Amino acid sequence: MEQLSSILTGDFILLTLRLAIPIILAAIGETFCERSGVMNLGIEGMMLIGALSGVLGSFFSGEPWVGVVFAIIVGAGIGFIYALLCVRYKADQVVCGIGLNMLSLGFTTAMVHAVWNRDGMSGTVAQVENVSIPILKNIPLLGRLFEKQSPFLYLTLIIVAASWYFMYKTKIGLRLRAIGDHPQAAESVGINVTRYRYASVILCGILASIAGAYLSIVQNNLFVQNMVAGRGFMAIAANIFGGWNPVGSFLASLVFAFAQALRLNLADLNIPDQFIQMLPYGLTLIVLVGVAKKAKGPEALGKI
Amino acid sequence: MGKWNVKFKMKDNVPNNQHSDFILSMIAMVCSFLVAGIFILLVGQSPVAAYIALFQGAFGSVSSIANTLCKSVPLMFTGIAVAFAMKGGLLNVGAEGQLYIGALASVVLALKLPNLPGFILLPVSILFGCLGGMVWGGIAGFLKAKRGVNEVIVTLMMNYIAILFTSYLVNGPFKAEGMVPQTEVVPTGAAFPKLIPRTQLTVTLFLAILVVILVYLFLQKTSWGYEIRAVGENSSAAEAGGIHITKTTILTMAISGGIAALAGISESLGTYGRFIDNFSPSFGFTGIAIAVLGKGNPFGTIITAILFGAMDAGSMRMNRVAGISASMVNVIQGLVILFIAAPQIYRILLAGRRKS
Repeated sequence: MEQLSSILTGDFILLTLRLAIPIILAAIGETFCERSGVMNLGIEGMMLIGALSGVLGSFFSGEPWVGVVFAIIVGAGIGFIYALLCVRYKADQVVCGIGLNMLSLGFTTAMVHAVWNRDGMSGTVAQVENVSIPILKNIPLLGRLFEKQSPFLYLTLIIVAASWYFMYKTKIGLRLRAIGDHPQAAESVGINVTRYRYASVILCGILASIAGAYLSIVQNNLFVQNMVAGRGFMAIAANIFGGWNPVGSFLASLVFAFAQALRLNLADLNIPDQFIQMLPYGLTLIVLVGVAKKAKGPEALGKI
Repeated sequence: MGKWNVKFKMKDNVPNNQHSDFILSMIAMVCSFLVAGIFILLVGQSPVAAYIALFQGAFGSVSSIANTLCKSVPLMFTGIAVAFAMKGGLLNVGAEGQLYIGALASVVLALKLPNLPGFILLPVSILFGCLGGMVWGGIAGFLKAKRGVNEVIVTLMMNYIAILFTSYLVNGPFKAEGMVPQTEVVPTGAAFPKLIPRTQLTVTLFLAILVVILVYLFLQKTSWGYEIRAVGENSSAAEAGGIHITKTTILTMAISGGIAALAGISESLGTYGRFIDNFSPSFGFTGIAIAVLGKGNPFGTIITAILFGAMDAGSMRMNRVAGISASMVNVIQGLVILFIAAPQIYRILLAGRRKS
């Protein structure tokens, strides 16, 4: 009981939200990408590049928001290259994603070595400050959500709501979903499938890059080698677990982040740490096996 | 008749012969070194000096050649494992997990039966490790065949489960004395003999080459191999021709997992003599690159694995002599994968040149 009550504190809920932010952003990026028919296994690498870009931008300008903007630009660039390979040159998406991951891990480590002349870690840079929202922070109970929180928390929640609205309530969103299932049919009624795919992959690159920058210059103030540490694959899992839906991705990311928060908070729990870490992957497998016939995701996924 | 027509049509559309495959792989390698050279220039170093240091580090002395070969052995196994599944139309992204399960299974068996003579203990340990990998890969094949679940996602998730599960075992029940999460050293009888003294190279090199050739012969000369290739080329035609798709899919993934397991077994029973937590620098993923570059051709697979092993072996010298992070070889390897994954780049570029 004592352990249970330590879970249900405001601190724990806020910790879960903070840990969920990068997974949510990347998972929604993956959702857009896969809805357009492109499977992006390279999202881990995109996040890593985003994390480094954020630190570089902040390092050279002294201004963390410049880092965020730089990460967005670089993320769009990586997304464009990935779209070029997978859409224009019809590369094998799985192989391409794995190549991108390997490239990104090597490239970011080599860049850290080149800029800071040391291995494994960059120097410290300016970090995005937390904010308090006046008035709202005085609301009882909910007030803590608005006191000394990262602006990225609000940004992420807005992105979740906007993505859901975009995908299910707008014409463009409807077309995007149609492309993922029946690209030829969409093409035949005059939708420019290629353009939608480019836009989706670039959007995925941007969101993944912001997620990476969150890890490096919001949660931390430096870049650490391989600091994404599997969160990209967790985002892919969250996207599947959430049924290729932005709100589903959001909720799944919360579940996965909850498991991470448990690890941080309950060191004396009797379950070995590794089993808690397995949770996202195990849950996703169970969902895949349990509902494979019903929820398969976009029908034309991976076939370009 | 219909079946033959399909085959000839495929040959006509895609110039997929061995010769052009080899040329494409070579072009991809050269492009990757060129692009990585630009990166090296950007970080203010000389690419020529870097590549010379890389080459010397990989082939400059007997011990560096031994190091290169040692690093290429697990890549031969994972490369041919992934290539094998590809021939059956399946993408095995799970070699990483399969090799962890295989490695731990073989080491645990060797530790549990220390009294058996070496000539029995080693083969039994290897077989038990392979069995572990076969089960781990076979699960993905089963789910694909019976439930229609995408094998890429399943194997990807199972990688993490395998790595975390083995990590739990060597941090808990099978942990040796001391700080490092690893098992005890296996009995000498269960360890692969060294090929060159004072290096890490063991006889697993010959085992790897043998397995690569056997896999090729299995696919080309046996009826099971024919069935696997038939399913890979056109599964509905194969089914119409009386091939059992479910059985073949499970078999393909299980064998692929068993071969991938050998990468872990050769590292554990050979290079280190024990299971070490997190020992694989993603051999399983690099194996995908080897498979795509080598096209399942035995010679191509061995050469590609040695090339990648050479890059890993030479990277330390490149770091020391040319002052470039050893990670730059990961950049080159990643670029190779990207260039080879998109063969259309060259076709479109070549077509563009012909037009102009």
